[in-house]
Amino acid sequence: MATRADIPRTSTTPSARLNDPDALIPSDGVEPPHRPARPSHPVTGGKRRRRMMGKIIIGAALALATLMFIYPLIWLLSASFKPRSEVFDNKLIPETFTLDNYVRVWQEAPLALWIGNTAIVTILGAVAVTISSALVAWGFARFRFRGRNVLFGVVLATMMLPGAVTMIPRFLIWDGLGMVGTLTPLWAANLFGSAFYIFLLRQFFLTLPNEVFEAARIDGANHWQQFWRIGVPLCKPAMIVTLIFEFQAAWTDLMGPLIYLRDSSTFTVPRGLKALVDQFGVAGEFAWEIPITASVITTIPMIILFFVAQKHFIKGVATTGVKG
Amino acid sequence: MASVIAGKKEKVQLRPGQRRNRRRNVRAALLFISPWILGMLVFTAWPIFYSGYLSLTDYDVINDPTFIGLDNYAQMLQDPKVSLALWNTFIYTVVSVPLQVLISLALALLLLRVGRASGFFRTAFYLPNMTPPVAIGIILLLIFNGHDGLVNEILEVFGIDGPAWTTDPDWIKPGLILMNLWTLGASVIIFLAALHNVPQEMIDSARVDGANSWQVTTRITVPMISGTIFFIFIVNTIASFQTFTEAYTAYFGAGGTTYSTDAALFYVIYLFQQAFEFLHMGYASAMAWLLFVIIMAVTAVQVLISRKLVYYEGGR
Repeated sequence: MATRADIPRTSTTPSARLNDPDALIPSDGVEPPHRPARPSHPVTGGKRRRRMMGKIIIGAALALATLMFIYPLIWLLSASFKPRSEVFDNKLIPETFTLDNYVRVWQEAPLALWIGNTAIVTILGAVAVTISSALVAWGFARFRFRGRNVLFGVVLATMMLPGAVTMIPRFLIWDGLGMVGTLTPLWAANLFGSAFYIFLLRQFFLTLPNEVFEAARIDGANHWQQFWRIGVPLCKPAMIVTLIFEFQAAWTDLMGPLIYLRDSSTFTVPRGLKALVDQFGVAGEFAWEIPITASVITTIPMIILFFVAQKHFIKGVATTGVKG
Repeated sequence: MASVIAGKKEKVQLRPGQRRNRRRNVRAALLFISPWILGMLVFTAWPIFYSGYLSLTDYDVINDPTFIGLDNYAQMLQDPKVSLALWNTFIYTVVSVPLQVLISLALALLLLRVGRASGFFRTAFYLPNMTPPVAIGIILLLIFNGHDGLVNEILEVFGIDGPAWTTDPDWIKPGLILMNLWTLGASVIIFLAALHNVPQEMIDSARVDGANSWQVTTRITVPMISGTIFFIFIVNTIASFQTFTEAYTAYFGAGGTTYSTDAALFYVIYLFQQAFEFLHMGYASAMAWLLFVIIMAVTAVQVLISRKLVYYEGGR
């Protein structure tokens, strides 16, 4: 199978560069080569001291910011190992280390069921939206037909539409189909592609050089083969970005499950977590260790996903910004 | 523009075989985009029309909708909770979006100066974005707790007697705004990517002309990425108008609360309650249309302002 590197890179024009996430951001953690540390002025002693001070201040500011971003997560993790009486002691290391909370949360809530439900919704939703959006993006990127630009304008316009406008009729559709209370409404609409991902993938497909497909066509590849055998493998990075973005969106969504799920046995983890806050936290028996521990269990898969696909997340996020 | 299989648009004499080919191309193209067309018709186009119709009716899901003209809209004008929710959402947006933009831009500018280490910081800054919003709502209740929350404990070190962030109506929104800042890592990454695209020659030549770091930042780097700043502004504003999960988790829901949560009643939360708790589907649809109009208007104003302020390379 062809890989990205096998293809002659003709995308050196500015517009092509703009469409290529790889070209936009330096690979992870590495500065772009054209950025020298400093212009080489003659450095006097005073200047050097000032520069040193500047470095220290910047370092301190960033360290402080890092602490603010990371500490709440560490606090949460630490609290999940504390007995109820110590949850709010704000100590980094639990005075009494206990795994009871994890045992109890497993007894109090059908957590395995919730995780299973979430996994179903997440995997089906992410796979469905990736394949369908890629198909549609391909149609917009590789063909020219009358009305194409108008239709693509409609794709972009639907991105602007607040979800609240379509929320109620969509609910009525699923209600009419008798599917409220099941997991289907949470992922099935993804079978039809999603505007944002269609846009993202189309941008990517547009950067592929035409010659490759011309050659494939002459060799007898039909449209489907061109898409599946050449387009998809070449655009794997963008497909992965779509997959993990949707994975995260589906795993963390609360509003959908609030609207569509009724019985606790059908809950996804965020919906279940909300139920636990209501039951044990805000107005309940003030057993905060339960929602805390459940929060940790809900968050950890996302943290793992991030560290596994960190490069793709950073690239994906950066690309979404540059489209502006 | 896009390189395409079929030829150019201008009229060319085609042999019959070619014409057949082209027709086949169109059919293939439509096949590829058919999932979206179907989904758009069922899950977007029809809902838009139906929502417009519902907004003119009284509908509770159980009984058929009754047409009541513009009554829902008239009622919205008099509903104190609508104006309260609008006000809350407005204040929240006006304070939190500029703060978000300023802080994330500042952090991105700092990251630009630490070279290789920026990878580590970027990761650290992005981690909160991976936290499910429900968990963020829970973290908010915990660390902003008025009695023994982490935030107040830190304030105490500086001799400040922290407020009751999660129960005092005056402090609920500030708490939510601060918590919201926790997830600005995505904006930092976008800014950083834009900053890396600023041509180094420009910065070098300014330096040669004697500009200091501050001048380079304010006169070159920031104007050069003004398009991205504007983009973040608009996207965050639209998202902020639709804020829901964190505030809903912390202050609403089945548990009910012993204190007043009017301070956290954001527009989409009230809309959600109207639709799915009180089953006022018609009224909620009207509310959705008002939200749509407001978001469009705000975006339009921002675009107009940006025409004056944003620099686009090579003009528009």
